[in-house]
This record gives sequence, structure tokens and C-alpha cells, in this order.
Amino acid sequence: MNVKQTLDTKGLSCPMPIVKTKKAMDGLASGDILEVLATDKGAVNDLSAWSKSSGHELLDHKEEDGVFKFWIKKG
Amino acid sequence: MEQTQDKSTMVVFSGDLDKAMASFIIATGAAAMGKQVTMFFTFWGLNILRKEEYVNVKKTFMDKMFAKMMPRGPEKLGISKMNYGGLGGKMMKYTMKKKNIVTLKELIEMAQDLDVKMVACTMSMDVMGITKEELIDGLDYAGVASYLADADESKINLFI
Repeated sequence: MNVKQTLDTKGLSCPMPIVKTKKAMDGLASGDILEVLATDKGAVNDLSAWSKSSGHELLDHKEEDGVFKFWIKKG
Repeated sequence: MEQTQDKSTMVVFSGDLDKAMASFIIATGAAAMGKQVTMFFTFWGLNILRKEEYVNVKKTFMDKMFAKMMPRGPEKLGISKMNYGGLGGKMMKYTMKKKNIVTLKELIEMAQDLDVKMVACTMSMDVMGITKEELIDGLDYAGVASYLADADESKINLFI
């Protein structure tokens, strides 16, 4: 996957992961892929909902050693 | 030109720390989801927007008493349950800091950064004797009609 930028939100709690993701996404162009790292336990549901209602595509996500990784394509 | 965008409105009536935090978490979250957010601060909610420092303005005796008894700004608010004269609030802030949870002050700054419109209810300001000079910068001042007009166009509307 061609990741344009990686955003680290590890250790941050709600609402910081989505606020930071939004800000990072603002700086990208349509079609760019943003990788987001998070440890907030609500992040899977939150970033899925955020992507959906903001018009972006959550390509994939997985958990690795307690860290959630997301790949979001800008719509 | 007016953009057609999802709107969210909120009446922040409470001046409790926990309720203020919930308000600002929803507001910043909504703004991050691309919504145009308006928060109306009325009655006790106005205390959230007060400057921390004392501002010397001419007031009546009653207004002065009110100003003295009410908390000045986000750092001084108590919590809605188990406050125990401020001890509960202190414990809450301590544990939130330990768990790396964003503070109310930071949430307010973030909301301003995300262009959340914050409106102070002028009628409440009159009642409580709070002047513009005592409130933080970047606020709008309006009344019920302005709130209703915004709420009319909103999909989300909360009273906290």
C-alpha cells in the first residue's frame, strides 16, 4: 500500500484521534492514503464512523501488539 | 456564499466540569467530522468562557457578588457529582492527567482552532452581570432567535 503519511495518535484518548486524523487529512490530496496508529480502545469504531461520514474510505485496519493501525484513503 | 453543510448545535447550560467536557468533546468531534458546530452558552455555562484572571469592570453590588461566587474559567469548575467542595473536581483532574486525557482548556482551544462557533447568550450575561471584557476572545454574542435559526438547520441539537 502506498502510504502518503503516517499519523501517530498512540496514547491519546477520545476525541484526539479523530481530530488529529481530520487535520492530517486536510493536508492530503484526494486518493492519498493516510496511515493512523492508535491505542484508544474506541478507535476501531470511531475511525470507521469518521471515515464513513467524512466521505473517506477505510481500506483496512488491524491490531498489532495493542496498537491499532488504519489505512484511510482520502475521498 | 453559504455552503450547504451539516450543522450541529448545542446549548451549554451547565457550568460543571464533566458536562462542559462532554460538550466540548462532542463539539470538537462533530467539527472533525466536517460539521459546522455552534455552541450556545447560557446561564452557568457562561462560566466556562470566563477569563481566569480578574477583570476590573464597573458593576453593581449584586453583580459583584455573583462574579465572586461563580467559578472563573475552565480550571475552576467543579464536577456535577461527588464534588465535595472541590476535592472531587481536583481528583478528577488528577486522574485524567494521569490517563493522558485532554483537559477542558485544551478542548476549548481545539474547538476554536476547528472553527466551532461559540455564542454567549447576552440575556444570561445580563442576569449574571458578566461583561464581554470578562469572557475569552473570539465569541459571538446573540440571543434565542439566533440559536433557533441555527438549530432549525441542524441535524444534531443538544442541551447540556
